[in-house]
Amino acid sequence: MSDPLLAVSGLTKRFRRSGTTVIAADNISLSISGGETLALAGPSGSGKSTIARLILRLIEPDAGRVDFDGGDFLALHGAALRAKRARLQMVFQDPLAALNPRATVARVLDDPLRIHGLASRGERPDRIATLLERVGLSPDLAGRHLHEISGGQRQRVAIARAIATKPSLIVLDEAVSALDVSVRGQILELLLDLQRTERIAYLFVSHDLGVVRAFAHRVILLEGGRIAEQGDARAVIDNPQSTIGKALVAAVPRLTRTQDRS
Amino acid sequence: MRRLASAPEALVGLGILAALTVMALAASMLFPGDPLAIKGAPLLPPFQDWSLPLGTDRLGRDVLAELFHGARASLAVGLAAAAAAIAVGAVVGTLAGFAGGIVDEALMRITDAFQTVPSFLLALAFVSVVGPSLTVVVIAIALSAWTGPARVARAEVLSIRERDFVAGARVIGMHPLEIALREVLPNALPPVLALSSVIVASAILIEAALSFLGLGDPNRVTWGGMIAEGRTVLRSAPFLSIVPGIALVLTVLGVYLAGEGVVEGTAVRKGLS
Ligand SMILES: Nc1ncnc2c1ncn2[C@@H]1O[C@H](COP(=O)(O)OP(=O)(O)O)[C@@H](O)[C@H]1O
Ligand SMILES: [Mg+2]
Repeated sequence: MSDPLLAVSGLTKRFRRSGTTVIAADNISLSISGGETLALAGPSGSGKSTIARLILRLIEPDAGRVDFDGGDFLALHGAALRAKRARLQMVFQDPLAALNPRATVARVLDDPLRIHGLASRGERPDRIATLLERVGLSPDLAGRHLHEISGGQRQRVAIARAIATKPSLIVLDEAVSALDVSVRGQILELLLDLQRTERIAYLFVSHDLGVVRAFAHRVILLEGGRIAEQGDARAVIDNPQSTIGKALVAAVPRLTRTQDRS
Repeated sequence: MRRLASAPEALVGLGILAALTVMALAASMLFPGDPLAIKGAPLLPPFQDWSLPLGTDRLGRDVLAELFHGARASLAVGLAAAAAAIAVGAVVGTLAGFAGGIVDEALMRITDAFQTVPSFLLALAFVSVVGPSLTVVVIAIALSAWTGPARVARAEVLSIRERDFVAGARVIGMHPLEIALREVLPNALPPVLALSSVIVASAILIEAALSFLGLGDPNRVTWGGMIAEGRTVLRSAPFLSIVPGIALVLTVLGVYLAGEGVVEGTAVRKGLS
């Protein structure tokens, strides 16, 4: 097998707050191949977002190694890091919070094209229209402000921004958790379609095991910053071995029901 | 706008400012030529000769013309100095708050240093060294007034930089300087702008005080300069000091009232939404 796209080993992060120390990520190792979806699941506060942010270099680890796209990602700094970021993107839970609240749709999509020199100023409007169409939106939305469009449309804009630089990995931190059930299904469909056509890998952070089971190839269950259990998403969720895995599955009624029937 | 109109103080303030603006704009139309030219007998009291309604000064210059042209200097200096102070303060405060670490430490020590010197002394020292001209006066006032905006901007940026859209900007590879100035700064501006009425008012007063001490631009009429001129004949012709003095007080009051009204209006609107 070829080298994985992302290989993380021994990743550790401690937070010190008012005297106490929280180990938000404790010796985490994981890997993701091209075109694959790995889910990080676990209760709130188990360290999912911390691991995602460490991998994205939004926070720096206390220890550990991150190899991405064939190189030591933690060794990159300044301009080299910013250039490499084109390959590793993120979609947040709340697009209104994660995008400049004053921006228009066009500006949100213009930034990555401009910063990474992907299109000249004259070409960018066309590229923006293409991106909007790719995520199932009308190019007419380009001139709108973010607060003038619906939550589902906003998350599509956030996805368009993430794919603008043709990344090989996108971190989705609770990216569908805030959406209505019907909109959530459409967004997941879009993500699957992008994965099929562009071979994008996902690190899918979610506390919802039902969605994880349907969407991810593999899953890592976290508890207190540690890996409690990992494996094939369906196998783990249909038959959890760890205490936290059993508790999480028991908390999702529709999962226990499908299990009983099978 | 409607909320603004419902606050009577704000209306008074806006009325005064509107009158002042008209005075400044109409000065060279209503009183063409040099306002420092001699128009009549010296020390003519007000309301005696209707071609010189507010009388003349020690040298026989038209006091009303001087008052109108002085409005222009006061307004221009006040607005320019306040704009410069807010721009410099917002940029310094944003960079300090966003960068953190030693950059923050250094910038805030500099801010402290500027803040410990009384603002008028600082302006005075600067003009005495560089020499009086309108630009120098503006810079001198801005130099002593940017620390307030810098502190407010920094405090605002400390909370904004933790927000997701800053993380989002880093993820797409935006340069930290662009994140600070283009993403963070505009979002930190509202509370900084709320300081502008106080800064404009104090800038107008500092300009007047500098002119009063003979450190204003010597080629321009200013209200401070008029008061200083009148001082030498204070007993025989008190109106020469009183007229520009009243104009000054009204202007500062107007700026302050209008500013408060705007701040309150936006605060109420924020509270409602
Ligand atoms: N910036 C921070 N400062 C202090 N503690 C933090 C910080 N970020 C996260 N933590 C702590 O780390 C733990 C894991 O948080 P997080 O990664 O956000 O969990 P999750 O995303 O699974 O809900 C929590 O106990 C949280 O309080
Ligand atoms: Mg989280």
